[in-house]
Amino acid sequence: MGFFSQKPAHNNQTEKQNPAFYALVFVLIIMALGPIVLMLSTSLRLNVDIMNDSASWLIMPTLRNYETVLCNALWYTPEHVDYCNPTFGRALGNSLIVSLISTIITLIVGCMAAYALVRFRFMGRGVVSMSTLMMRMVPPAVLLVPVFGIWTFQYGLDGSYSGIILVYVAMNLPFVIWILQSFIVQVPIQLEEAAKMDGANALQTFFLVVLPVIKPGLAAASIFTFRIAWNEFLLANALLDRNTRTVPVTIVNSITEHDIDWGVIMATGMLLAVPPIIFTFIASKQIITGMTAGAVKG
Amino acid sequence: MQSSFNTNRLIPYFFLAPALIILGVALLYPIGYMIYASFLDWNPSQRIGEADWVGLRNYTFLLHDASFRESFFVTLKFASIVVILEMIIGVGLALLLDRNIRGMSALRTIFILPMMIAPIVVGLMWRYMYHPTVGIFNRTLKDWGFEAIPWLSDSWWSLVSVIIADIWQWTPFIFILSLAALQSLPRSALEASRIDGATGWQQIFYIKLPLMMPVLIVTALLRLIDAFKVLEVILVLTNGGPGLSTEILSLRISRTASEFRELGVAAAMSNYLLILLFVLTVAMFLYNKVVEKHAIKQQAKTEEA
Repeated sequence: MGFFSQKPAHNNQTEKQNPAFYALVFVLIIMALGPIVLMLSTSLRLNVDIMNDSASWLIMPTLRNYETVLCNALWYTPEHVDYCNPTFGRALGNSLIVSLISTIITLIVGCMAAYALVRFRFMGRGVVSMSTLMMRMVPPAVLLVPVFGIWTFQYGLDGSYSGIILVYVAMNLPFVIWILQSFIVQVPIQLEEAAKMDGANALQTFFLVVLPVIKPGLAAASIFTFRIAWNEFLLANALLDRNTRTVPVTIVNSITEHDIDWGVIMATGMLLAVPPIIFTFIASKQIITGMTAGAVKG
Repeated sequence: MQSSFNTNRLIPYFFLAPALIILGVALLYPIGYMIYASFLDWNPSQRIGEADWVGLRNYTFLLHDASFRESFFVTLKFASIVVILEMIIGVGLALLLDRNIRGMSALRTIFILPMMIAPIVVGLMWRYMYHPTVGIFNRTLKDWGFEAIPWLSDSWWSLVSVIIADIWQWTPFIFILSLAALQSLPRSALEASRIDGATGWQQIFYIKLPLMMPVLIVTALLRLIDAFKVLEVILVLTNGGPGLSTEILSLRISRTASEFRELGVAAAMSNYLLILLFVLTVAMFLYNKVVEKHAIKQQAKTEEA
């Protein structure tokens, strides 16, 4: 993955740029981060202050909105909460369960398939990248009607975790297989042959030899899968019921109400945004690899 | 001996089976089901067996349905404007920022953030910023003594608002891909042109852009496909309104299914959308093949020179 390696070593020192260049970079950073910072700052203020026209930036930040959102998950009862609405806390738990399980299943199944495709030469990479592109082409809205019909009437999986997890696994599999394939191709076959000589069977070779080598690929694949499951709204909205709803669904439900408590809704939004933000800072390199893999290297 | 041979032959199938089963059960079957359902008059309280076969009625109904045509048009308008603007801004920024500066990777990390955050949350942030009274835009306009802008309540402005939010979220995608393309260009070609005395602009137009073209086309294609899938941001911002001014097809499909309870019509609409996307993908794929061949020739030429 050498696209991001900088220019050759003799050019190691950073070039001097003119101030206008840094001004541009600065403006871009402000533009990229501005809305996120604004959301964070709104989530730390009370609705009275948000609605107050003269409100300044100098108001003491408060965690009350977060306490309201998480009231049933906290170990203490916040004083300002008269009625604890358990929806958000529960939805947060649902979101975690659904995204984590679907990520794990997608990775295991995807890994096995990618390994078989590479080592046993079933289909060319062309077939897999074509079907990945085809899958990417299908908007979730297109799956809405059939998934609703089949899951409700034939599989009986509506309202359950397993129903939505099945959808997310299927949605992410083509991409995961495709990206893992490009990593597995790079694992030297000698490594596996050595393991076989030592008496390891196919499963042991796979889990003990291949998996550790393709860790970066697994990281990229898991972040992309988690993100889709964590952020998805449309199918979750159609399939899940009151008790299994995920956070995006509860957010949309609460903004249709007439007067919006911006502080609380922004706190919820912030909680939904935090895991992807953390991943971005930990693994931006892998994310960029995953993003560029399709276009830059073919 | 014989038995171990047999198990060895079965191993690949064993590794592939779970993926194939899941894809078949949860992806291929539903898509086939959708095609079947598009020929039915079906509402959500019926089992599919009870629905009446109506042939192509849903399709012909949609062709004559003014609001479907409106939303088809809105989708095309939204997708093309968004892709063109994002390509111009993203490629432009990549050309500007393709330098050896410290902190480039930090910059890239910051630019990915908008794409990683849930579209629902992006919609929420922008809806707050577009808020008629407490939103930052109208507040700033008022402070500077300008008229407030009806961001989400006017049919022209609401499309603009939706487009701005999408540009904020997705320009970084194009930026990162074109930056990667730029940095993988053959240094020799750039070096040679510099020695020949090409100016910065000449380098951009005669060397960098032509060599980047295959990547740029794939980037535009991926972005275009994704632009047709945008739903959550618009749902949160305007819910398709006012009127039908921002009601893109994905949104119309979901409303037809859940509000109007016409699953057959929604399925037919999904098919139209899929056909449209398929045609676009194939067209760009073929075009890319042509350009790629051209680029390889070009590259050979510049390397010879």
